[in-house]
Amino acid sequence: MKIHEYQAKELLRQFAVPTPKGNVCFSVDEAEMAARKLGGAIWVVKAQIHAGGRGKGGGVKVARSLPEVREYAEKILGMQLVTHQTGPGGQTVRRLLIEEGAQISREYYVGMVIDRSKQRVVLMASSEGGMDIEEVAAKSPEKIHKVWIDPLAGLTASEADAIAKKIGIPDGAIMQARACLQGLYRTFVEKDAMLAEINPLVLTADQRVIALDAKINFDSNALYRHPEILAFRDLDEEDPAEVEASKFDLSYISLDGNIGCLVNGAGLAMATMDIIKLYGGSPANFLDVGGGATTEKVTEAFKLMLKNPKLNAILVNIFGGIMKCDVIAEGVVAAAREVHLKVPLIVRLEGTNVDLGKKILAESGLAIIAASDMADAAQKVVAAAKGKN
Amino acid sequence: MSILINKNTRVMTQGMTGKVGQFHTLHSKNYANGANCFVAGVTPGKAGQSYEGIPVYNSVAEAKTQTGATVSVIYVPPPYAAAAIDEAVEAGLELVICITEGIPVHDMIRTRYKMQGKSTILVGPNCPGLITPDEIKIGIMPGHIHRKGRIGVVSRSGTLTYEAVWQLSELGMGQSSCVGIGGDPINGLKHLDVMKLFNDDPDTDAVIMVGEIGGNDEEECARWIRQNMKKPVVGFIAGITAPPGKRMGHAGAIISGGQGGAEDKLAVMEESGIHITRNPAEMGKVMQRILKL
Repeated sequence: MKIHEYQAKELLRQFAVPTPKGNVCFSVDEAEMAARKLGGAIWVVKAQIHAGGRGKGGGVKVARSLPEVREYAEKILGMQLVTHQTGPGGQTVRRLLIEEGAQISREYYVGMVIDRSKQRVVLMASSEGGMDIEEVAAKSPEKIHKVWIDPLAGLTASEADAIAKKIGIPDGAIMQARACLQGLYRTFVEKDAMLAEINPLVLTADQRVIALDAKINFDSNALYRHPEILAFRDLDEEDPAEVEASKFDLSYISLDGNIGCLVNGAGLAMATMDIIKLYGGSPANFLDVGGGATTEKVTEAFKLMLKNPKLNAILVNIFGGIMKCDVIAEGVVAAAREVHLKVPLIVRLEGTNVDLGKKILAESGLAIIAASDMADAAQKVVAAAKGKN
Repeated sequence: MSILINKNTRVMTQGMTGKVGQFHTLHSKNYANGANCFVAGVTPGKAGQSYEGIPVYNSVAEAKTQTGATVSVIYVPPPYAAAAIDEAVEAGLELVICITEGIPVHDMIRTRYKMQGKSTILVGPNCPGLITPDEIKIGIMPGHIHRKGRIGVVSRSGTLTYEAVWQLSELGMGQSSCVGIGGDPINGLKHLDVMKLFNDDPDTDAVIMVGEIGGNDEEECARWIRQNMKKPVVGFIAGITAPPGKRMGHAGAIISGGQGGAEDKLAVMEESGIHITRNPAEMGKVMQRILKL
């Protein structure tokens, strides 16, 4: 799960990581009020969306007067902010962060992720603050320093200090950097994060070390023990179809194509998308109905797919293990009737009770095209999507 | 022969008294030699009860002492599943198979850390389990699609594994053992570990390796295969069409930071001499062709 920058900073402050003072605002008036309250002569107006690259897209502005704060707030609020992470349509800006300006002397990168092969949390740090870490990794990998953290000991003071020195934090600021790194690690572990970045971590002209920007993603499997993180969820930032799907415990991801896929199991669902592409079609979605799909769940899955105006054929690919094919067949028939299905429906069933399942489909009176295996199913659905049936 | 499990394996179910644990324990017990293999269940506070004639114990250690079981299968709900693995490791079991999906990843980091230096092998979590056809089934896979034979199967997915197995069985190629290693980012056995076991198993002639986007386990395994594998390997990677940055159902199936894409994996696998296919409907056919059956 993703959260906004201002929320990530709120969490970091709880773990003693300093950030600039700031407030979240939902209107231009609020933005001006917030700037007034902060005082000073320079403010930063920052668009809050769940995507990186906001600065380059025009979503971050430095204001040198209160009228300028208003001007930028007006410009940014409601804009469609396009960045390399939003896709061509961009994302509507609904929230702003108004922050005090900082006199930056140096910028650094610090981040944490889970290293799958070493099975530990890895701290990555670099002197190249403000840049994408992937870019640094590609151009000058020697500038990225890493520490794999012992889960029992945590990030020790000597590890934190050593890495701070390596990225060039001056001696006088090492203790502050240590607090930031250890605070970041505690946030990461105690809040069940999957990724956390402070980019840039800055050294100010008056020698303070602060987190100028922050990004944290969380493990959705651990949200049950973090109601405070779940409260940060902003549904406006998520794909409405994916939000709807999550209500029914369906795993759904929107894609660009026109062939809907309904599959049980994540691996088989990906393979189904792949084979559609292989036979010249284009999948409209990833959809895993899971191991225990009921008629209701299958019906909801159909409704979800059909909300996509581009959809012009559906492929159901079920390998019945725990889930019996006759149960799925009944679900498909009920769903097709309930939604008055108008696009061609191709069904491939295999596994437990397959014959009974096929009989239910054949006797339903619905125009269901049966397929004998995955290749047959993919060819038939691609042809149907092109109107060749 | 087979790898990891056979008809003489003795198994306990952790979380047997729950709905999922009961359902799959019963199906496993009814498969091949299952009635002799499934000897115990573990649910704290429920010692003295039994299910389908299988006695329940309070702890893994007690179940091991009382029945001689050396393997456990875990159906415990996600918040408690990592602790269940820890208990099985502490009791010194040989093999632990964790079916549970949705365990927090930081729990698994701590559990894997505690397993360092211990002899217990972990399969999963978030996996369908293991089967040696006509001998024993430990997990949630449909037993009837399997045939006894000489092809090994290793995969990160559930139903896609069944698809591979079904294709093999339809074409008359049985399986020595099938291992689902699971779809989580932090897990026990990797493709590489299972591949080594198949390489050393005299009753396995060839292996189907099914991977998916995320991480680089498939690449590591492929590089080892290039140097060491004595048997042909057929490979498929799911997720060529998956967009970056999106978690595709499995917690571990995500392309992040430009890493873990399907094409990269397929390229390394092909360079390593693996017979790759981009068509998931042809895993069995490719195997049949290279074995010239």
